[in-house]
Amino acid sequence: MFAAARTSGLRSARAQLRQPQSQAAWARLASTLAVLEAKEGRLNVASLAAITAGTKLGGPITAFVAGSGGKSVAEEAGKAKGIEKVVYVDNAAYDKGLAENWAPLLVENIKQGGYTHVLAGHSAFGKNLMPRVAALLDVQQISDITEIESEDTFVRPIYAGNAIMTVQSSDSTKIITVRGTAFPAPETEGGSATVEEGTDPKAECPTEWVSEDLAKSDRPDLGSASKVVSGGRGLKSKEEFDKLMPPLADALGAAIGASRAAVDSGFADNSLQVGQTGKNVAPQLYLCAGISGAIQHLAGMKDSKVIAAINKDPDAPIFQVADVGLVGDLFDKVPELTEKLKQ
Amino acid sequence: MPGLRILVPVKRVIDYAVKPRVNRAQTAVETANVKHSMNPFDELSIEEAVRLREKKSTPVEEIVAFSAGPPKAQDILRTAMAMGADRGIHVVVEEKDALEPLGVAKLLRKVVDEQKSNLVILGKQSIDDDAGQTGQMLAGLLNWPQATQASKVSIEGDSVTIIREVDGGVETLKTKLPMVITTDLRLNEPRYASLPNIMKAKKKKLDKKTLGDYGLDSEVRLKTVKVTEPPTRKAGVKVEDVDGMIGKLKELGAL
Repeated sequence: MFAAARTSGLRSARAQLRQPQSQAAWARLASTLAVLEAKEGRLNVASLAAITAGTKLGGPITAFVAGSGGKSVAEEAGKAKGIEKVVYVDNAAYDKGLAENWAPLLVENIKQGGYTHVLAGHSAFGKNLMPRVAALLDVQQISDITEIESEDTFVRPIYAGNAIMTVQSSDSTKIITVRGTAFPAPETEGGSATVEEGTDPKAECPTEWVSEDLAKSDRPDLGSASKVVSGGRGLKSKEEFDKLMPPLADALGAAIGASRAAVDSGFADNSLQVGQTGKNVAPQLYLCAGISGAIQHLAGMKDSKVIAAINKDPDAPIFQVADVGLVGDLFDKVPELTEKLKQ
Repeated sequence: MPGLRILVPVKRVIDYAVKPRVNRAQTAVETANVKHSMNPFDELSIEEAVRLREKKSTPVEEIVAFSAGPPKAQDILRTAMAMGADRGIHVVVEEKDALEPLGVAKLLRKVVDEQKSNLVILGKQSIDDDAGQTGQMLAGLLNWPQATQASKVSIEGDSVTIIREVDGGVETLKTKLPMVITTDLRLNEPRYASLPNIMKAKKKKLDKKTLGDYGLDSEVRLKTVKVTEPPTRKAGVKVEDVDGMIGKLKELGAL
């Protein structure tokens, strides 16, 4: 019965939406596609957040992967808890996550599966791709959600997290990107999803991927680290940043982040930027030094469990959100803290 | 090879330095009597368009600034023209009828056709709704290549090389015009409009249009149920020294 309902999923869901009285019936038909990310045949575990979000909608969850070695990635993804099926497309054309061929690929598979909800992480990949998919399906996407209230009602931050908006979508297919820190990835073992090959429209891609330059680091990934140490303009130079922050991060087993001021001044790489236009983090501990706490920075870290700040200015706005604040010169305090944490 | 006909959509938003307040009825953020400016990412778009003209590697025929917004959005268009855009198009949309990104993308598709644009440069997101969708949606509707979060753009003939910011670093893409680019903060440092240029901008052409002129209406797919203040964090404590900090962090279970 379910399969029959799904084949004409999009159309029927659309038709039913026009009749509010059948909403309950429609809700039972919720079925979610979680778009996962893979790189060089390896699944990006952070992208499993889309599955966690999907479980809150009720209804079956299908995961989607594409790229070379698609089947083995699908088998790996299939072990994640919460999914029923993994649809894969094995084609190296999808390895670099280019939106020009990924969007038609997703559209084909969404139409075929008749999904009511399509979820992806609000990562560089999801941000680039999903709006293009949404436009092709004539859907108003909902970006960076932090909560799911019901199958059509979602919560998301606006104005750099200074306001929280609840929106209700009237689109028959909901295209959504989810904030990873709000939906922790499910267990990656113990699931037993079936694996199935998807449709490959083999769309032409006018864009060629040339190269990449990724910051190499043995430290935990900034977006998912349980501890983050972060430096700002107060560090004064790249030399000081490199002298003070890595040892502190090592002492804590933390990832390193930075404020926009530190990135703009060249103290730290752009990929380390925490804030409205950089990464959102919500670690157990966010320890920052030399960061004043501009609203754009707070947007990226104020959901951290515990915030600690070292700043010489007692009136710095960061102290209004810090659980533990230390007024002092970071050039004394950070090395001292590093030494004492090592003991 | 025809020259570049660049369209730069800009948005009027609450100034980035203002802390927004949610209104009493919890329906929106208070915008009355609040300082507004051009969305910071859109300043980068205008700047990039002007730099492409100055670089002369591919001739720039025209830079058109565009905004769909309330009557006051024309101030933002004047700013864009003072920075170097040749003329402006203003689709007047009252605040209560504000378009969603999909609506803006549909409108822009029509404008691109009308203006015969071959390059659209948009900000990667507006700092009010933080959706980050319009550029990608437009590229999808036009079936053009897209390069989002660009931090470097080089155009030779109709070949475009873009460095874009991705998680963990940067990647380089090569594609062809016509295309859509969205700007990252790292792309450039926008210039200030000089007084003579502000005066000159007053004489530049600014067309006023309506959604109806493009055969569109302000269809809305997302209903705002409510807008609330984010939960405030409980006031923390100040500690005297590093030992105090370590002690407190242990007490809070963070170490």
